[in-house]
Amino acid sequence: MVRTIVDKEWAEVFKNRMVLFTVLFLPLLFTGIALAVVFTTGGAVVDEAAASSLPPGAVEALCGEVADADCFAIWLASQFMVLFMMVPLIVPVNIAAYSIVGEKATRSLEPLLATPITTAQLLAGKALAAILPAVAGTWLGFGLYLIGVRLRLSAAIFAQMTSPLWLMAVLVVGPLLALLSVAFALIVSSRVSDPRAAEQLSAVVVLPVVALFIGQIAGLIIFDQQLVLLLAGILVLVDAGLLYLAVRVFQREAILTTWK
Amino acid sequence: MIVTEDLTKTFDEHLAVEGLTLTVAEGEVFGFLGPNGAGKTTTIRMLTCLIGPSGGRASVLGHEVGREDGAIRRRVGILTESPGHYDRLSAWKNLLIFARLYQVPDPEAAAEKHLRLLGLWNRRYDAAGTFSKGMRQKLALARALVHEPPVLFLDEPTAGLDPEMAKLVRDFIADLRAEGRTIFLCTHNLDEAERLCDRVAVFNTRLRVVDTPANLRRQLFGRQVVFHLAEPAEPYVAVVEQVPGVQHARAMDSRLIVTVGDPDAENPAIIRALVGAGAALQFVGELRRSREDAYLELVR
Repeated sequence: MVRTIVDKEWAEVFKNRMVLFTVLFLPLLFTGIALAVVFTTGGAVVDEAAASSLPPGAVEALCGEVADADCFAIWLASQFMVLFMMVPLIVPVNIAAYSIVGEKATRSLEPLLATPITTAQLLAGKALAAILPAVAGTWLGFGLYLIGVRLRLSAAIFAQMTSPLWLMAVLVVGPLLALLSVAFALIVSSRVSDPRAAEQLSAVVVLPVVALFIGQIAGLIIFDQQLVLLLAGILVLVDAGLLYLAVRVFQREAILTTWK
Repeated sequence: MIVTEDLTKTFDEHLAVEGLTLTVAEGEVFGFLGPNGAGKTTTIRMLTCLIGPSGGRASVLGHEVGREDGAIRRRVGILTESPGHYDRLSAWKNLLIFARLYQVPDPEAAAEKHLRLLGLWNRRYDAAGTFSKGMRQKLALARALVHEPPVLFLDEPTAGLDPEMAKLVRDFIADLRAEGRTIFLCTHNLDEAERLCDRVAVFNTRLRVVDTPANLRRQLFGRQVVFHLAEPAEPYVAVVEQVPGVQHARAMDSRLIVTVGDPDAENPAIIRALVGAGAALQFVGELRRSREDAYLELVR
């Protein structure tokens, strides 16, 4: 049943040009920006002043044994780590919000809820349908970014970009963020009576990561292995709580009788 | 097949269904007749486990609503009031999704069978969003039937359809009836209920009456004769009610309003009974009212 819901969601979502555009555009945009920076700054001579302008702690956290000049490039590249974490957070919001709102708008939710599908199966199907394209888009974008890094920058920098820190950020934290965003969108969709409000409120979930991004640019936060591990741990707990809540608050009756 | 006992549903302060008690037998086409907003859809939603009752109990196919919802959903089909489809997907894909959700052993064969049955096979690859209202209704019927449910809930199946399409849908329901399926048919269309149903319940928040269409027709729409007396009519109600063929009698000041099946045959006996009881009979007339008036009086 979960697979049927996923198939159905994808068949529907990918025929909606607006949603398809959102799913494809954001990973491509962020990857494009990251690659543009790599290709325009890669190989540039970094003087001591620039290297020493790195935020305190950045060298130890990001660079290990690599040279100062490479360390600056690694720091620059690491600025995009949050972008790659934002993609799986933003993209599924649109799909998840559309999947519930779309069902209601076309009045197809009632016959769907009349089938033997359980709430958990329905939400799992809708969540997976939203998460998988977002995670796939992120990983694809990251793959392209790595290719760009490998072609333009040194092997030492490439090695840092494929270190456990980055891999954990993109391969573990990214999907956890996608799950967070979908669970949040499902909860909001279940609780508000206006479909537009559901879409807009669901977008609020990106704010904490935007704050992380700003903190990173301002040099207040450095994404080291400890922080990424901590983030992953927190997300596992928050996701579990939100998923439990999503199933609990998805009241078939309220959705059928209060949404107009 | 379908049993409800004191089934009640409230939404906050609003009482939608009050103390509904009825039984629908296997293979019966049961009409649920009432005006818009009477609580018909709410009743169907409760019986198909889409919403929970606020009080009372109900069972479908022996499974208790609220306790065995999965078992009920697997074995009932529902045609909702607004037949929503996945408009970007083809009719074929729409039906296939539901065949899979109902875990039909051979979803493709089931989808093909029902698309052919409803005359949609040639349009199977067209997006549901391009269908006319009648075709959408046909697709919704195919969806309700794709898992071959023994019990069908049809909520206003002909609402908004043109006469030709409405007839097609009614004929199809008649075919389903011939197959022996149990059908719970919500409608506000008197003719439809009379034509298709074995029994009809008249409902407006609470159950007003349940009977066969023939009995209901006599009760609702039987011809009424007015006997004008020169005195209060109340004492003669009991006298008239004993006359064979009299269905109902009531007094209104000096008038006695009597419902009879065939006034030509029964009026002489009524007149004899009244005169015999000492009534000062002035004249006799027929009270004419439309079927709609009678229906409205009942559901009011």
